[in-house]
Amino acid sequence: MDLFEHQGKELFARYGLPVPSGEVALSPEEAVAAASRLGLPVVVKAQVHTGGRGKAGGVKLAADLDAVRGHASDILGLDISGHIVRRLWIEEASDIAEEYYASFTLDRSARKHLGMLSVEGGVEIETVAARDPEAIARIHIDPVDGLSQQACHHWVRAARIPEAVADAVAGVLETLYRAYVDADADLVEVNPLIVTSAGEVVLLDSKITLDANSTFRHDDYAAYDATQTRDEREQAAHAKGLQYVGLDGSVGVIANGAGLAMSTVDVVNQVGGRPANFLDIGGGANAEVMSNALEVINNDPAVRSILINIFGGITRGEEIANGIIEATGRVDIDSPIVIRLDGTNAAEGRELLEPHLNDTLTMEPTMLDAARRAVELAGAGAGGVQP
Amino acid sequence: MSIFVDESTRVVYQGLTGSQGRYYGLLNRDYGTQVVAGTNPRKAGTDVDGIPIFATVAEAAAATGANASCVFIPAPGVRGAVLEAAEAQMELVVVITEGVPAHDEAFLFNKLRRDHPGVRLLGPNCPGIITPGQCNIGITAGHIAKPGGPVGIVSRSGTLTYQALYELQQQDIGVTTCVGIGGDPVPGTSFIDCLAAFEADPETRAVMMIGEIGGSAEEEAAEFIAEHMTKPVAAYIAGVTAPPGKKMGHAGAIVSGGKGTAAAKMEALAAAGARVGQNPTEAGDLMVEIVASL
Repeated sequence: MDLFEHQGKELFARYGLPVPSGEVALSPEEAVAAASRLGLPVVVKAQVHTGGRGKAGGVKLAADLDAVRGHASDILGLDISGHIVRRLWIEEASDIAEEYYASFTLDRSARKHLGMLSVEGGVEIETVAARDPEAIARIHIDPVDGLSQQACHHWVRAARIPEAVADAVAGVLETLYRAYVDADADLVEVNPLIVTSAGEVVLLDSKITLDANSTFRHDDYAAYDATQTRDEREQAAHAKGLQYVGLDGSVGVIANGAGLAMSTVDVVNQVGGRPANFLDIGGGANAEVMSNALEVINNDPAVRSILINIFGGITRGEEIANGIIEATGRVDIDSPIVIRLDGTNAAEGRELLEPHLNDTLTMEPTMLDAARRAVELAGAGAGGVQP
Repeated sequence: MSIFVDESTRVVYQGLTGSQGRYYGLLNRDYGTQVVAGTNPRKAGTDVDGIPIFATVAEAAAATGANASCVFIPAPGVRGAVLEAAEAQMELVVVITEGVPAHDEAFLFNKLRRDHPGVRLLGPNCPGIITPGQCNIGITAGHIAKPGGPVGIVSRSGTLTYQALYELQQQDIGVTTCVGIGGDPVPGTSFIDCLAAFEADPETRAVMMIGEIGGSAEEEAAEFIAEHMTKPVAAYIAGVTAPPGKKMGHAGAIVSGGKGTAAAKMEALAAAGARVGQNPTEAGDLMVEIVASL
């Protein structure tokens, strides 16, 4: 779950971390009103769940209210790497003397939290890492111990943060780590972490990704969930509790289990087709879940055929077959369906499906055969819609 | 022989009184697993279909000699449940529960390694472990696995594990032990832990490994295979054509350093001498060839 910059800064502010004052604006008028309250100059910043805003023209300095209005009009509606700007953050301009980089994330390989700090902030950190890996000071933090004051100071020195601000930066990082842990974040990134001409340390940007698995202990996550960027199909699937990722092809995919769903997407590609989505209906395959899945896929205008790939484990073939039969009866499907049913009691399940088979509901014995058939039905050769 | 579990494993189910725990606990018992106890502080003294319920894992272990636990507790309670099982000195703790926060997983991994080094955590978010014909802990359909070896299976994906078991059974190939390590960010047991155990197990003569995109566990496993494995490995990686995830920050990309894609994982495994299938069926066929040549 990704936070907008302003949501991240509001989270930082709750920990007493220094962030510039600002206000959200959804229109040029609101932007102008916000700027008059904040005092000029201000920075008009696009709020999108992606990086590279500056290069795309999504961050502009405004010295007067006319400029605020102009920039706000220009930035609202802007397409930044596929993300349309619908909200702005109007922020008091900062006087930047130094730009650093700081982040915390989970290092899966080390199985510990990883802090990264660099005096070369304000640019893409991948570029810094590629050019001079030594420019990034890393610290692995054992989640049982947390980040001690001593370790934090050592880390700050290793990053060659100037002595004059070292204590202030260390203080910010200790608090930032606490915020990262408390929020159950996958990532907290501040780029740049600035020092102003007056020598103050300020968090000028925020990128925060939260772990949706920890929603149960965070009441505030519901508000963040409501501002996630999802396309229409993904929103519909999310509302029905389905694990769905929209893709740009023409073969709708339904499978049970994330691994099998991913594998099905692979196989559709391998036989020359293009999947319209990834959809995991989970362990079982009852009529309710199957109807929901079919409905979501049926509403995707790009879909020309649907591949249902189910492997029965504990759930028996008969139950799965009945689920499919009931679901196809409930939902009026526009595209032909190809079923592959295997695993526990697959023979019994196939027998139940047999009388329901026709031109638009067919069955194939293996995953590969089913994928080939679905791709064929989606459109000759190329497999339908190209990206 | 087998790894981690066999017919002598005695299992306590934390959450046996819940609907999932009861369903799979009884299925596991029907399979032949020694399901000796369940826990629920509010229902101590009662039983689930003859299986006694205790207030704590420690009490269950004292009364029944349980040496492994299986956790079906909802995600908010998993951290506490695993610590309880570890303090009661369970040798193996299998967590089926999905949706456990990554920070809890990282905490548990490090806490166990330091304070309870004798405890093996499997999962969270895994299908469990099965030594066919002897012991099935978790949600794997036992009857799709043929007992006896020579193949050991380790997998990050549930349904693909079943698929692999089933394909081997169709080819009349037996399995020593099948371990589902789960696809979460910080699994308690890694590919390498399982590969090392299979390498040491005399009855396992070949290993099937099923991975997924994301992280670098498969690349690390490839290094281990190149350096330490004498037994042949067949592998499959799901997600070859998955589009890159929507990522906000860049820290993740740096940590993985270009690793994490299916292509990178398949390349690493092939370079390590593993035979890599492009889809589950092909990987199964490769394993049939390997077994035929043993």
